[in-house]
This record gives sequence, C-alpha cells and structure tokens, in this order.
Amino acid sequence: MHQYVFVVIGVLMAIAAVRLVTTKNVVHGALYLLMVLAGAAAIFILLLAEFVGWVQVLLYIGAVVVLLLFGLMLTRAPIGRTALDNQSRALAALVAGAIFAMTSMVLVRAFDGQMIDFSQTLTVRTLGGVLFTKYVLPFEVVSVLLLAALVGAVVLAKRDE
Amino acid sequence: MPEGYFGDYFTFGMFAGLVVVLVGGTLLLARLVRPRVDKDEKLSTYECGVDPIGGGWTQSTVRYYIFALLFVIFDVEAVFLFPWATVFEEIGIFAFIEMMIFIAILGLGLVYAWRKKVLEWI
Amino acid sequence: MTAFVVVSVIKVFVVFGAVLGTVLFTIWLERKIVARMQSRYGPNRWGPFGLFTSLADGVKLFFKEQVSPRGIDKAAYVAAPVLALIPAFLAFAVIPFGEHVTLFGQTVTLEVTDLNVGLLWVIAMGSLAVYGVVLAGWASGSKYPLLGGIRSSAQMISYEIALSLSLVPVVVWAGTLSLREIVEAQIGTFGTIGWLPGPVQWIGHLIPKWYVVFQLPAFLLFMAAGVAETNRAPFDLPEAETELVAGYHTEYSGIKFAMFFLAEYVHIITISAVAVIMFLGGWDGPHLPFLPWMWPLMNFMGKTFTLVFLFIWLRATLPRIRYDKLMVLGWKGLIPMALGWLVVSATILTVKDAYFG
Repeated sequence: MHQYVFVVIGVLMAIAAVRLVTTKNVVHGALYLLMVLAGAAAIFILLLAEFVGWVQVLLYIGAVVVLLLFGLMLTRAPIGRTALDNQSRALAALVAGAIFAMTSMVLVRAFDGQMIDFSQTLTVRTLGGVLFTKYVLPFEVVSVLLLAALVGAVVLAKRDE
Repeated sequence: MPEGYFGDYFTFGMFAGLVVVLVGGTLLLARLVRPRVDKDEKLSTYECGVDPIGGGWTQSTVRYYIFALLFVIFDVEAVFLFPWATVFEEIGIFAFIEMMIFIAILGLGLVYAWRKKVLEWI
Repeated sequence: MTAFVVVSVIKVFVVFGAVLGTVLFTIWLERKIVARMQSRYGPNRWGPFGLFTSLADGVKLFFKEQVSPRGIDKAAYVAAPVLALIPAFLAFAVIPFGEHVTLFGQTVTLEVTDLNVGLLWVIAMGSLAVYGVVLAGWASGSKYPLLGGIRSSAQMISYEIALSLSLVPVVVWAGTLSLREIVEAQIGTFGTIGWLPGPVQWIGHLIPKWYVVFQLPAFLLFMAAGVAETNRAPFDLPEAETELVAGYHTEYSGIKFAMFFLAEYVHIITISAVAVIMFLGGWDGPHLPFLPWMWPLMNFMGKTFTLVFLFIWLRATLPRIRYDKLMVLGWKGLIPMALGWLVVSATILTVKDAYFG
C-alpha cells in the first residue's frame, strides 16, 4: 500500500519537476516548484515524519517560494511570457545529472537496507528530545547561520540606497 | 490499518479531497451556467475609468524583498521553537539556556536590522 | 474498519457543511452588526431578519458573468481564488469543537482528525493564504491589483511571524502541539489555592485553568496579529478602497470574487477558533445534566462567536492605519514583544519547576 502511494506521488513530482524546467513562464515555474515541494512533504508524511512534512509545507511552500515570487515581482525583466533561455543546456544537464547521481549514491549508502518501522510513529517530542540534547551544537550553529543571512539581507538593502 | 497514524491521514485526505472537489466543481458549474457577453471595452483593466496607460506589470521597491528575506529567517526560528516548546519541561534548565542563546543571537540580528533602519518603511 | 470509514465520511461532510454555514452566518452577522452600529437596518429582505441574504448573494454571484481582462495570465488567474479558499477550509481539519459522541458503537471525537502536529498544520495553512493574494495581484496584469497584492502579502508574512511566536508560550506550558490535548490541559478550575489566606482560598474554584489567565499578553498579541493576518480593519490595507480600488481582487468578478470573500471570513473564524482553543479553554465551560454532548459544542460556539463579534466591532470602530505604521508596528512592536514574552514566560516556568516542583 505504501509503495503504491509512494509511486503515485513520485510520478506526479517527476512530471511537475519536468514542467518546472521546461515552462517558459517563471511564475508558472514557481507554481510547479510548489507542486514538487508539496509532493516531498507528502513523502515525509508517508515515512511517518509528520513534523518534518509540515515544516516542509510551512517553510518551503509558505516562505521560500513566496520569497522567490517576491523576487520575480521586483525585477521587471522576467515577468510574463518572455522566453528565458540560453545556450548552456548541455552543461546544465551535466551538472544536474551529476548532482542527482551523487545525492542518490549518498542516500543509498547512508540508509542501505534500513526499513522504516511502521508500527511506531515519530512524534514531535522524540524529535525535540534528540535535537535539544544530542544535537545542541548544530542547533546553535543554525542560529549563527541565520544571523549571517540576516546581516547579508540588511547589507543588500543598505547598498541599494 | 486505517486506525492510528494513517487512519488520521486517511480521514484528513478525505476532507482535503472533498474541499478540492467542491471548490473545483463550483468553478466548473459556474462556468457552465453564467452568461458571456463579449465586448471589447469590458476586457480592459481598471484604471480609474480611463484607458489604461502602459503595461500592467511594473517593478516594485526592493523593500518588499528585504521583508520577505527577514520573514524567511524568523520563520525558521519559529519552526525551531515548536519542538523545543514540547520538550521544554522534560529537559528542563538545559533546554531553557540553549534556547535563550538561540533567541539572543537572533534578537541581536533584529536589533542590528533595527539600528540600520531597515525596519523603517519610508 | 467499515464503521471507521462511515464515521469518517459523516465527519468530513458535517464539518464542511458546518464551516460553510458558519461563514454565511458570519457574513450576515457582520452586515447586521455594522449596520446597527451605524444606525442603519442592514439586510432585512431575505428570510427572518434577512438571515438568508448571504445565501442569496452567493446564488447571485454564481450566475454572474465573469469579466476577465485582456492581459491576464490565465493559469495563475484561475489558481489564485482556488489557492485562497482551499487552505482556508483545510485549516479546519484539525480544529476540535467538542468532546466526543457515541455513533454506531464507536466513540467519535468531534473534529475531522487529531493530528499530533495540529497547531503546526493550522499555521502552515495560514501561511499558504498568501498565495491567493500574491498570485491574484500578479495574474491580473493590472496596476492596482499588483500594488495591492504585493502590499498585502508583505503585511501577511510580517504578521505571520508574530502570530506563530505568540503561540509558542502556550505550547511551552502545554507541552504538546495537538490541539485536543491543549484543550484538555485547560479543563477545570484551579481549585483551592493553598498559599492564599484561609477565607479566600475558595476563589480558585471560580477561576478556570484557561491559559488566558497567565498568558494574557500572548493572547493580546495573537489577536492583534490575527486581525492583521486576516486583513481585517484596522489593518485592511489590501482592500484600501480609497487608494487601491479593491486591492488584489480588483479584476475579479462573479464566483471567483465570491471565493476570495469566503476565504476572508473562513480565516476570521479559524483565527477565532484557534484563539478559543489555545487561550480560552476550548469547549470547557458550564455543563447541565441533560444532553451531555451539546454543552461543549455550545461553549465552543459561544466563545468563538464572541471573538468573531470582536473582529466585527473593531471594523465598525477603528479607522485604517497607514501602511508604514503597519509595518513598523509588526516588526518593531509585535515581534520583539512576542519574543520578549516568550523569554519571560519560559523563565517563569523554569523558576516554578525548579522551586515549586
């Protein structure tokens, strides 16, 4: 049952991803990106990681794609139906293929043969318990990373004036 | 199998399906029953009653983008706060201290943006 | 198994119908109350007290011609109202509005489903509301909608942070993200308060254990951010008709306009319901010995409509504030205050756990 749902979601995501890179309208591209990210959220939920799934919706769909749309609206050039294309297709395909091969390899190596135990769910509390005891340092580093991003945004804003 | 975790999402998916079908159905049905009278004047966009000048798509100020960036950063912070809040009483004083450091660092960022007058609108 | 599916189907249809009915009622209520506050009669033609006016309006809009201007981007233009309305309805999937009833020998909880991360789900659906606005503004290919769309999406994302941050202290106290468990933690009263002088110890029996008692600042922050998040007066900048015609839905008519309109009112009810669950004890309240399933429902509805009335009252009373002041209020007011209150309330809880067990 899980496999069938997974396959359906995966196929939908693949179609949306292909449309995302082939569409000529960047805002439509953002909408396809939305579909891909929603599919990823659905897969997280299917793998019992419901907190991660909804965070995916909240952060990627609710924030990052909105940021993208805002960016598109600020620049006049790519709005609307202008064809956006250049001659680097072969190079882009190569880079994308390499990234795909590498991430798949890393993922397969990391979780080789492991199965998810569907009898117990991963609650937020388990996640929080691990995050705030075992992985405290990465968590605090995240705050520094966010601070750096914030300072970067402020500097960008000030240079404009 | 439908009880428990996947049972919850089964009911939930049914609700989502019903909402999507009804909203989509309403749009389609309205398309079938509503009149359609084509007139060229009706197709122009609204601009105080006179013919619109120039295109509809214009650039807007970079300020909106800055606020969107700040929004993403603080949204990430808020997302970290929720799992922390659920385990706060279990972990105790340790969880308290680490979150205070986290909030302090991001608060510093907010103060920086404030002092640099990015949060002002004009 | 079959009983589960049957119960699910019933729940899904009942909740959807109830939300739709409540929205239509709220629209009527707003028109009636605002009219009364301005010494008018308000709608009074269709049904008793004009109760069916919203329904008649809906039917009318359904049969209206759809005028879509020349320069629109068709796909995004159609997607915008759909993306505005669907998340608004979906947020209701996790709202518990009563205790439970027994149906076909099964104990049925009064909500569509109780997700472990219910609160996060409501916030996530709120964050999707921005799509309807931003896409409608862009897709119309017109100046006023574009200005209104980008303006109101900036407003919505700014206040969304204050909204989520104001809910964190409650989660700290309750220790769960499930809305049902948060309500269950608030049921009852404080009981006899030991450290008060003897004769007034009984006063604890009168004070309900609702989070609003200790989390009043969080409640006020939540309501302020909620009014801005739903684009309601005095923060109704998106539809500032004096400057932006009608904001992002200027170029919409017929059923698509009706969808934006419905979405706004669904959001009002969601924000009110979430405030009731997080701060006002959900369905907790007076019970009478007969019809045990009805009282929680009545309590919940009563509290929710009190808050909805507050929304309407605000609209009738306050003028719209200026856009720059709105953004400054969000970023320099509500967000630092919400963070500060979170620190204060976490400190209180730590001290309480350390010294009072």
